[in-house]
Amino acid sequence: MITEIAPAPERVEPPPTGTRGRRRAWDEAPRWQIYVPLSIYLVFTLIPFYWILLFALRPAGSTSLVPWPMTFEHFEKVWNERAFGTYFQNSVLVGVSTLVMTTLVALAGGYALARFDFRIKRAFMLALLCTQFVPGALLLVPLFEIFANLRMINSLSSVVIAETVFQLPLSMILISGFIRNVPYSLEEAAWVDGCNRFTAFRIVVLPLLRPGLIAVGSFAFVHAWNHFLFALMFLSDQGKQTIPVGLNTLMSADSVDLGALAAGGIIAAVPVVLVFAFIQKWLITGFSAGAVKG
Amino acid sequence: MAQAAAVAKPPAPPRRRRASATPRRLPYLLIAPAALLMLGFIAYPVISVFYYSLQNYNPTKPWRNGYAGFDNFVHAFTDDPQFWDTLTFSAKWVIVEVGLQLLFGLALALIVNQTFVGRAVGRALVFSPWAVSGVLTSAIWVLLYNSQTGVTRYLADMGIGAYGTSWLSDTATVFPAAIVADLWRGVPFFAILILADLQSVSKDLYEAAEVDGARRLQQFWHITLPHLKDAIVLSTLLRAVWEFNNVDLLYTLTGGGPAGETTTLPLYIANTSVDAHNFGYASALTTVAFVILLFCSIVYLRLSKFGGGQK
Repeated sequence: MITEIAPAPERVEPPPTGTRGRRRAWDEAPRWQIYVPLSIYLVFTLIPFYWILLFALRPAGSTSLVPWPMTFEHFEKVWNERAFGTYFQNSVLVGVSTLVMTTLVALAGGYALARFDFRIKRAFMLALLCTQFVPGALLLVPLFEIFANLRMINSLSSVVIAETVFQLPLSMILISGFIRNVPYSLEEAAWVDGCNRFTAFRIVVLPLLRPGLIAVGSFAFVHAWNHFLFALMFLSDQGKQTIPVGLNTLMSADSVDLGALAAGGIIAAVPVVLVFAFIQKWLITGFSAGAVKG
Repeated sequence: MAQAAAVAKPPAPPRRRRASATPRRLPYLLIAPAALLMLGFIAYPVISVFYYSLQNYNPTKPWRNGYAGFDNFVHAFTDDPQFWDTLTFSAKWVIVEVGLQLLFGLALALIVNQTFVGRAVGRALVFSPWAVSGVLTSAIWVLLYNSQTGVTRYLADMGIGAYGTSWLSDTATVFPAAIVADLWRGVPFFAILILADLQSVSKDLYEAAEVDGARRLQQFWHITLPHLKDAIVLSTLLRAVWEFNNVDLLYTLTGGGPAGETTTLPLYIANTSVDAHNFGYASALTTVAFVILLFCSIVYLRLSKFGGGQK
């Protein structure tokens, strides 16, 4: 999957030279050709966000198109009465556990893939790719039976394991790419200085992997935070459920409380938006490094 | 797949081997946790799906359980109109979604790849729905589409359409309504992938093309698009598989309705196993879905000559 890991530099702007004509034709489309379609698309992107904010902040029954007078009644209601406080804790627990497990397991595997030639490596890589075609949704029944046999139904650990397993292949491929990006000679130099392999990895390689690990870890967190089906199937106890399941419950009620739904949706979005704002820069480089390069 | 793996053999830098520092068992120890997890929670379930597909297996009707041969498959292909309906709808859903997402994603990536004032903010905003979950997307579009206080109400205020219109419960409008909701979240995915790949197009190519007098549209056809080809093939394939398998959005937005109008094959399978407890039949349908996915993927990779270009 990964042949080269370009350091994926931020695009360097062409120096504004005075030579007219050169570079201009491609780099500088007429301004309106950029701003008009971009604005139209932004309207499509942003109206839904505005809509949910509007419903969350305006009083129940209001039809005003501006959230004024502003109220937080929906948030209070959804957090306390609809148990989103509990769901939030559960979701954080699932997200963070998935992040830690995925990162550690993928780090070990990714290191092996990046640094060793071993007999089953090709087969293993192929298996990793194949898992991308395996639909988690279609394995619900056998997974349910496995967790039932392990007596893990209704325990958050079942969701953590399921999320981790389906996150692992891509994470491992990405991490092995990041590790390959670190020159082997750095590690070897540390061995000469008397470090064993693990210490050399920890002192020399790990700090250089930080951006990559942040990207992979956040990715795992966001996926686990967002994912719905495993939690819906494996957790029947209401006190164990996660935020997406809570949202679904709000939506499938006979008469949907739109204000509560909007407030719940915003609670669901906040951590993801924060993580996303934090990692956006690495996300594009991470993708171009690991996932797309043939 | 095999091709992709063959290409993937990295041009490994010459490595010095130090026998003392690399015990032969170490790589196996390192991949063991990942391998065990994947064996236990992916490989084993897959095998058990294949096994159950040949069984009558329904926990609520244990007296009928047992070996069924290919009965489940025969039933699906000859005697189950719902199977064909949901399969057709899945195909329609995947083709329309992936096609439109590619089209808009490509256009968007080309736009935000230009140099202009406000590019960083523009990119961030354009990409923002990408991280929103399927369930949250549903929640947002339920708010937009609801018949009382949704957009239709304000459109009706302006004299467009009637009050009380609910696009999600009308069989004529539910498909486009669901498509738009999923596009909202899906387009940024393509835009991000294509933008990432655009970074690596060599500037020299464009300069050379300009010297030769190529216009911008010609440059797009002859330089940009060929360069993007592998990325486009791979991302459309991954996305198609993902769109086929993903049930979050339709499950929560329409629940497969109205009148089963938006039930995909995976949704049907989920209903068959979870509501009807007919695990054997659901497993057979799952097997069929696997085979179809695999077959379509191979054909697609062959037809598109994936990895054939030089990169």
